[in-house]
Amino acid sequence: MSIDTPTPTLKSAMGDYWSRVKSGDIGSLPAVLGLIALCAVFTTMSSFFLTPGNFANLLTQAAGVIVIAMGLIFVLLLGDIDLSAGYSAGVSGAILVILVTNHHWGWAPALAVSIVAGIVMGLVIGSLVSYLGVPSFVVTLAMFLAFQGILLLLAGEGGTIPITDKTVVAIENSNMSPLLSWAFYLGASALYILSGLRKMAMRRKAGLKSELVQLWALKTFGLLAICAGAVYSLNLERSNNVALVSLKGIPEVVVLILAILVVGTFFLGRTSFGRHLYAVGGNAEAARRSGIDVKRVRLMAFVICSTLSAIAGLIFVSRANSVSPTTGGNATLLYAVGAAVIGGTSLFGGKGKMRDAILGGLVVAVIDNGMGLLGYAAGIKYIVTGLVLLVSAGVDALSRKGSS
Amino acid sequence: MSEPILSLRNINKSFGAVHVLRGVDLDIYPGQVTALVGDNGAGKSTLIKCIAGIYTPESGDYHFDGKPVTVSGPRDATALGIEVVYQDLALCDNLDIVHNMFLGREKKKGVTLDESHMELLARQTLDGLSVRTVKSIRQTVSSLSGGQRQTVAIARAVLWNNKVVILDEPTAALGVSQTEQVLHLVRRLADAGIAVVLISHNLTDVFQVADNIAALYLGTMAAQVKLSEVSTNQVIELITTGKSAGVTKTEAKK
Ligand SMILES: Nc1ncnc2c1ncn2[C@@H]1O[C@H](COP(=O)(O)OP(=O)(O)OP(=O)(O)O)[C@@H](O)[C@H]1O
Ligand SMILES: [Mg+2]
Repeated sequence: MSIDTPTPTLKSAMGDYWSRVKSGDIGSLPAVLGLIALCAVFTTMSSFFLTPGNFANLLTQAAGVIVIAMGLIFVLLLGDIDLSAGYSAGVSGAILVILVTNHHWGWAPALAVSIVAGIVMGLVIGSLVSYLGVPSFVVTLAMFLAFQGILLLLAGEGGTIPITDKTVVAIENSNMSPLLSWAFYLGASALYILSGLRKMAMRRKAGLKSELVQLWALKTFGLLAICAGAVYSLNLERSNNVALVSLKGIPEVVVLILAILVVGTFFLGRTSFGRHLYAVGGNAEAARRSGIDVKRVRLMAFVICSTLSAIAGLIFVSRANSVSPTTGGNATLLYAVGAAVIGGTSLFGGKGKMRDAILGGLVVAVIDNGMGLLGYAAGIKYIVTGLVLLVSAGVDALSRKGSS
Repeated sequence: MSEPILSLRNINKSFGAVHVLRGVDLDIYPGQVTALVGDNGAGKSTLIKCIAGIYTPESGDYHFDGKPVTVSGPRDATALGIEVVYQDLALCDNLDIVHNMFLGREKKKGVTLDESHMELLARQTLDGLSVRTVKSIRQTVSSLSGGQRQTVAIARAVLWNNKVVILDEPTAALGVSQTEQVLHLVRRLADAGIAVVLISHNLTDVFQVADNIAALYLGTMAAQVKLSEVSTNQVIELITTGKSAGVTKTEAKK
């Protein structure tokens, strides 16, 4: 084994990490630090910020944007963009609501149709970008307008169509019972620990150097401790009027987001499709010469993006109990792009992870929520979020310069 | 000399009215480094693109392992075991060494990537080439020096048991010690039985590693000769004028 340096120690691992950070490979570090700093600031300035009720609210508020951002990451990894992702969520949401409310369909077939609509939107965008060669910025800008038009036609001018289906509304408005919440936490933690241990064992069996056990334990149990704290606080009563209604437990949408996180992370990290996405984003010509079907990879990325947007559409209509011509509109798309970039995904392609969407989405939601609590006008919130996005994109550009 | 693994006869290639390759003959032998030299625009890159199936010549014969073959696309060349390391290398900076070596040909276990297997094979290949300059096989290619990147690109070509490896100016952008390392690597490839074609403008490099030398002049093969039979000055003459006293064109075919 001539290539690798001797077995790492905790100190050398830290040193390696630090040199990576210095060379510009900072990943999600700014998002994590930013999240901590923002929470500290808002906690001292508003007595309501760090209450269980607001924490749960923050998660459900961020959910839709996070799911769109998770889809966008597939497209951003290629160095492309989907500006229509907000309105494709709106269109899918409208299809769901119209089928359930106006045509009395069950939620399951209606959801299936709305997701198929997402897939079709992705196929259209992806084909235009990949096979016709129109830049994604232009195609999706056109689709941004077209989907907005479709949504307007579906929802009816100025109209709002309500939805009362229990399952759909539950996504953003119901919680698991505290007992089930803990059971879910324990089950998920056990799986997480097992998969980490399995990976190390397999590498050792193959005679390969594996990650330092202490470091792995530190990261894993640190993350699980933070999650335990979150579950504990979500299990506290957060209803203003307990006699009327009791509110406690993990919001259902959190489970949905974690499921997408796990599946997406698996695809990106463990399958050849994921590897090819990174390769095309890193050097499309190299990928092509290696025999990768670059056009198909690009098409697939847009399909995945729009499909996740359709799921975000479900979250939006669940939260609002309705669909309107502005569902998925306003700042939704910019918040989602911001979430991905703030989380550490590069706009230049080739760099990004599913978890970036969650970290960045939380940063965006904390700014929105915290400044709202402090009584700032929407205008100020937009300006601050815009500046944060600009700073993240600047950091992205600088770190790219630093590494090349 | 042993039998050539690849031989081209009377290759002609034009781009529109421009006749770039005029009746070119070339023999490439296993276990030998064949240096392909010639001035800018002589047709070196065009010739290797014909070998690699990127261009199809208008006429000429292509023999591989003694048998006539038709190579009408990059896939045909790959299937024969011919790999080209282009000057721009075509590596993905954001991926690590193992990922790059297996790009497009990942090893899988079911639907998931078999990272351990790929890492072991990559390590064996690099060890086999006595590559000791990279710190970790899991570092991203963006953190490598020019010579190390060249090494990864060459190792990738070797990984797939190729019979012919063609290197287009592998040392053009390298410093003294890195050039030295890459040339050693080129020599080791040939010693392992691979037929290596080395395109270079640097005659010092050529004289250091090559076994025989093919000089192109304005699209014609001025001569293909054993290195031991020519001097640097004769090679310079071949490159600049297409002929040299004491070197005859027919020497290529003995
Ligand atoms: N695709 C093309 N279309 C038209 N002419 C071409 C094309 N490719 C090469 N040529 C011409 O063919 C001739 C040979 O080019 P080639 O790139 O093979 O030279 P070379 O020997 O590799 O030169 P260098 O040392 O500069 O790389 C040049 O005159 C060039 O202009
Ligand atoms: Mg050339």
